[in-house]
Amino acid sequence: MSRQRIAWLFLAPALAVLGVFFLLPVIAALALSLTDYDLYALADVRHLRFVALGNYWDLLHQPRFWSALGHTLYFVAVGVPLSIATSLGAALLLDSPLARAKALFRTALFAPVVTTVVAVAVVWRYLFNTKYGLANHVLGLVGIHPVDWLGDPHWAMPAIILFAVWKNFGYNMIILLAGLQAIPRDLYEAARIDGASPLQQFRHITLPMLGPTLLMVGILTVSGYFQLFAEPYVMTEGGPLQSTTSVLYLMYNEGFQWWNFGMASAVAFLLFVVMFAMTALMLRLARRGGAA
Amino acid sequence: MPRLAGSAGIGRAMAGLLALAVLLAGCGRAHDDAQTLSFWTLGPEGEAVVKLLPDFEREHPGIHVIVQRLPLTAAHQKLLTAFAGGSTPDVGQLGNTWLAEFAVLGALEPLQARVDRSAVVKAGDYFAPIWATNRIDGTLYGVPWYIDTRLLFYRRDLLAAAGFDHPPRDWAEWRRMLAALSHPQRGAYGILLPTNEYEQLMSLALQQPEPMLRDGGRYGNFESAGFKRALAFYVDTFRLRQAPPITNVEAGNPWEEFGRGVYAFYFSGPWNIGEFRQRLSADHEDRWATAPLPGPDGPGAGAAGGSSLVVFRRSPHKEAAWALIEYLSRPEVQQRFYDMLGDMPARRSAWDGGSLRSDPKVQAFRAQLERVKPTPPVPEWEQIANEMQLVAARAVAGELTVDQAAAEIDRRADRILAKRRWILDHARHDGASP
Repeated sequence: MSRQRIAWLFLAPALAVLGVFFLLPVIAALALSLTDYDLYALADVRHLRFVALGNYWDLLHQPRFWSALGHTLYFVAVGVPLSIATSLGAALLLDSPLARAKALFRTALFAPVVTTVVAVAVVWRYLFNTKYGLANHVLGLVGIHPVDWLGDPHWAMPAIILFAVWKNFGYNMIILLAGLQAIPRDLYEAARIDGASPLQQFRHITLPMLGPTLLMVGILTVSGYFQLFAEPYVMTEGGPLQSTTSVLYLMYNEGFQWWNFGMASAVAFLLFVVMFAMTALMLRLARRGGAA
Repeated sequence: MPRLAGSAGIGRAMAGLLALAVLLAGCGRAHDDAQTLSFWTLGPEGEAVVKLLPDFEREHPGIHVIVQRLPLTAAHQKLLTAFAGGSTPDVGQLGNTWLAEFAVLGALEPLQARVDRSAVVKAGDYFAPIWATNRIDGTLYGVPWYIDTRLLFYRRDLLAAAGFDHPPRDWAEWRRMLAALSHPQRGAYGILLPTNEYEQLMSLALQQPEPMLRDGGRYGNFESAGFKRALAFYVDTFRLRQAPPITNVEAGNPWEEFGRGVYAFYFSGPWNIGEFRQRLSADHEDRWATAPLPGPDGPGAGAAGGSSLVVFRRSPHKEAAWALIEYLSRPEVQQRFYDMLGDMPARRSAWDGGSLRSDPKVQAFRAQLERVKPTPPVPEWEQIANEMQLVAARAVAGELTVDQAAAEIDRRADRILAKRRWILDHARHDGASP
């Protein structure tokens, strides 16, 4: 019994910190999402109304929520596979015995992750500029008409995806590189002796051995990409025609721009539910895949 | 390894904090009998105003002013957070479209009694519509500092080449000029109207007889004939390819393009006089000019924008705060402020001397200022104006007709105003004020 008490004593500081800085705010936000807390309520608490699930009901009936969710899903569905493929490609190149100056390239490819998103956004906005941008200049060389990258509602999200993938792939690359280096070399050696081609080695050794790492990277990336905000905030301000407004952007607008914290909290919880469901689904699929 | 670096960092930070505490204690002693006044400014004004303060502090040896500059994009949020946390400053600069919001919060000190007693701040000397924006539900909450209204910058040489010897007087003439000056196939347009800025459409809408909100700010009034006329004129400008459907993010460097004749008109505010002078070579000076806005039939109204100086209700130094406002409101100080920054004074007597009197580019603003109209004084206005522009941009893109867009803006405005309606009705029942 006393052993158990001592264990709790050791856990207490961590639990207290978790409680105060995580659990309490989450509960407060949940409570907030059941009210219409806004500017008027900030001025006079008598203007605060309990609306139960009214905010959620409202949101689910507003096209702007569904379009924001649609933009976010688009970003996740295209961005995550592209990002992981890029990371894996870069990691394979770095892991190759043929590669020279590995430390230099590893640093260079990781550099975008540690740059400030606001600073690089300035550069990328120039790259994507319709008239003067490098992107259109290169397209022009192969005879493709200029694309209004950040001004055309159909092209703005692809531009944001390119930017986000470039900004983030280095992080996963490092994790995947560590995973690659942990694969025993003698497996490849045995495969080579059996006459396996490089493609077969990749398919039957690298991918299965990298499975757990890929799953973790996938889940981290999905949950990170669902929280799309900084990229459209600095590149397009959610435009044009709100085509890059993500769920988190909607929450920012409601909460921090218009001070409707009740509604903003409801958006946050809806996003949480979506992300939770998505992660659970991925884990289940992975488990079934592992069992089969 | 990061852990080691971290602990060394913490040690250094602690030492720094200690040093800072000692320093602060020293400062506190030095200013023992002085009042320290905190003054929050927005955007570039903070940089200029610190140059005006030494004279103020010389006149009032007991007052020390600390200026904090808030970046425009974060200011609103920061002010609301400060209010929620009970840490508002003594004096502040507030955009006059924000006044209603902070008045509703009860964050601001009513100023009428001080104005009545003041020998410096005289209501009659201020442009009346600007002064009116500082009065919320009959109570005066701010003193106008500088004004901001959008009007037309135009290329005089391009207009002359097209056979027009004067700027447009009404919409019909403006439309003819835009048609003559637009050559979209060459990449030249009549005007730049960034589709993510609401000020231009709002100015056109303010020229209409019908207000944009009805029933004391309870409902949107965007389906009125007047607003639809403004929206139709705005949307037509894009459909006729007299303006490119781009946002200000893509417009990038509009000054340069105005100088190269990509746009013949530019619908913007007073700060751009300085920008154009700085960015275009001196020989361009005669090629461009400013003109008041044309209205549907004759000279049109503009939006009464700008910033006011306010005293926050929680301030313990209200007398000193008011002294600072009086100092900054002096005509000669306003002229110096204009010379430094190009912010146009809110009072007429400041316009009668100095460089304001002689600059022809400024005169259009003076004429426009006598014809500005305030925006609806409800705290939700900025959000409504944003939604208005989002819907208008969809109409520009051809997704909605003018009628559909007007109905959609009304729908959104009514939703945003729901809480306000409830409070107004609620207040009528139990007598509490909103």
